[in-house]
Amino acid sequence: MLVIKNGQVVDPGNINGDFDIFIEEGKIIAVIPSGSSENSKGTPDTIPDTIIIDASGKLVFPGLIDMHVHLREPGHEYKETIATGCSAAVSGGFTSVCPMPNTNPVNDNQEITDYIIRKAREAGTARVYPVAAISKGLEGKALSEYGELKAAGAVAFSDDGNPVATAQLMRRAMEYAKGFGLPIISHCEEKSLTADGDMNEGAVATQMGLAGIPNASESVMVMRDIALCELTGAALHIAHVSTAQSVHAIQDAKKRGLTVTAETAPHYFTLTDEMVFPYNTLSKMNPPLRSSQDREAIRQGLSNGTIDVIATDHAPHSSLEKDVEFSKAANGIIGLETALPLSLKLVADKLMTMETLIEKMVKNPARILGLTTDLSEGNPADLTLVDPDYEYTIDAEKFKSKSRNTPFNGWKMKGKAVMTIVDGRIVYDAHQLVSE
Amino acid sequence: MEFQQKNILDMASLSADDIKLILDTAETMKEISERPIKKVPTLRGKTIVLFFYEPSTRTRLSFDIAAKRLSADGIALSASTSSMVKGETLIDTARNLVAMKPDLIVIRHSAAGAPHMLARMIDVPIINAGDGMHAHPSQALLDILSVRERKGSVKGLKVAIIGDISHSRVARSNIIGFTRMGARVTVCGPPTMIPKGIETLGTSVTYDMDTAIKNADVIMMLRIQKERQAAYLFPSEREYAAIYGLTKEKLTHARPDVLILHPGPLNRGVEISPDVADGPHSIILDQVTNGVSIRMALFYLLIGGARNVGD
Repeated sequence: MLVIKNGQVVDPGNINGDFDIFIEEGKIIAVIPSGSSENSKGTPDTIPDTIIIDASGKLVFPGLIDMHVHLREPGHEYKETIATGCSAAVSGGFTSVCPMPNTNPVNDNQEITDYIIRKAREAGTARVYPVAAISKGLEGKALSEYGELKAAGAVAFSDDGNPVATAQLMRRAMEYAKGFGLPIISHCEEKSLTADGDMNEGAVATQMGLAGIPNASESVMVMRDIALCELTGAALHIAHVSTAQSVHAIQDAKKRGLTVTAETAPHYFTLTDEMVFPYNTLSKMNPPLRSSQDREAIRQGLSNGTIDVIATDHAPHSSLEKDVEFSKAANGIIGLETALPLSLKLVADKLMTMETLIEKMVKNPARILGLTTDLSEGNPADLTLVDPDYEYTIDAEKFKSKSRNTPFNGWKMKGKAVMTIVDGRIVYDAHQLVSE
Repeated sequence: MEFQQKNILDMASLSADDIKLILDTAETMKEISERPIKKVPTLRGKTIVLFFYEPSTRTRLSFDIAAKRLSADGIALSASTSSMVKGETLIDTARNLVAMKPDLIVIRHSAAGAPHMLARMIDVPIINAGDGMHAHPSQALLDILSVRERKGSVKGLKVAIIGDISHSRVARSNIIGFTRMGARVTVCGPPTMIPKGIETLGTSVTYDMDTAIKNADVIMMLRIQKERQAAYLFPSEREYAAIYGLTKEKLTHARPDVLILHPGPLNRGVEISPDVADGPHSIILDQVTNGVSIRMALFYLLIGGARNVGD
């Protein structure tokens, strides 16, 4: 048996306060207020073969979920594997991750979904819930087989990275996915507006002589997909929102009661396009880092509930893709091992309560994907223990991820996941909290 | 005053004092090109690699001649004849170059920031001979020199830069350079060719050619590239020439002693009419002549040591 004692549990919609959590065979078997001397199982100290974790001074969260990652396997194992990606996930406090289908081969069929799930089981750390392709080969021409993909374990559909250009295909994808009760995750981008753009359109791009990507490149597609959401009544989740205009469009759609949800990534609420100067490929991603006004709109959108989810868009790349001319560099940064401290900063900045943060990092993604997270009797024992006062400097060399492409290296942070428990097993223990 | 820069990457990293020193040095270099024997031994034994990833005639030749006039060994390398075609990365190519101990590398590259990346990775002085749409510092320096030569000073002059500002590294470098030397710069073109936030470089913006030209002391016309039509930047050369082309008629709004510049190559009859290009206000060929002096000055200041130019 495993007992997490004296932690401050934050599980919005379920419990909040000091509780002891009893875990056996992967399940939570009891949750009792800390300090109660006895419960039906006896006091923890008297039960034989019990591992007791003293979580005094720690926060205990239901396991964090990152619904937008790239694990690169199969196909690009030199950047990341499912095993290294999952290891990075649990070191960052995530117990579940959703890998996007832009692998090689593309995850557009049952076999690849099976393969990903099998590899994840072998790795034995984080849970992996694959997102399968909207269209076969991510080509935007024909629908993937959603029924079979769902049966294999896919939890959503997305052509992430390759926006669905044809409105008609997007309409049918939404309708067809609705039949299986799964959401469509849309990478909203009008490629003809992105054109040869390398970073956010604006003064910084102009000063560096780089072609810009306008905000409208994202927001016109957000608006199109909202219209299709209205038409179909399907569940639409908008990935990596980066602009003020997108936030406003989503806010309006929600006011009208549409079934739209949205996510953003820590870099969009933390950084601006100034970070790209001078030609910093570690700040190159798609959508690009935007202006400070956009960053403010994203922060407000998180605060007022327009943006439901914080997801990392963890995108590992090696030096082959990043130590090159800026315009040749690949888009994307890794995020699994930096997301939690960057997100805790939102609470420190009083933009939201800890409960709201857990909604964004656990409860809302779980609701969108149909996963169970309540820390209550009978549920899977997925938990994240966080030391909110732990101060440290981010050192990318120590990352569990295979890649090092982060703009946050050397940042001083406060708050860190110190233990991650998946399925009742301790899969990450930063500070050797285990005492038998 | 001593020159403190290790590289010439862009105009933004040069102070007004740096620019003045480069121009003054270039003026002393000019005389060398007018001698019957156009060569001094100043950079004898120095190796200068001219690394051109993008096609260039004028700029490459100008750097090459500048190196030869100072007795440096200039070696030109183009992307099509280098290992780049075999898929070697820029950094690997550069590290291999460095292993052969050059004293200076001049690089032109289609990617903005490529010279900056090299400067971070290798220890050899670098001159940016044009990187994407970003910067072309030696061009701006020769433009400023050409104007200063005619006007005595650029301070207080009204400079109009007209054409495709978005895609122009010449425009960006000249906006910064002329502004730093005290001129007032206005850029002009159709809104499709004016990049967002260009004002932050210190220029004003107008879409109206007559407004741009009115009372201008200096007009710089930029080459219009036909392939930009495909990106919907303008409908036709015909319309472009009619609205944004510099003709004798439009020139009547400028000051009578206006100077006309063009970085070349010219599209005669499109952005500039032949009579203006060849007319009395044009200093287009001065620019070419001064280009050699500027590049000699840059070589001298970066790797010339304490040696006197004249000896």
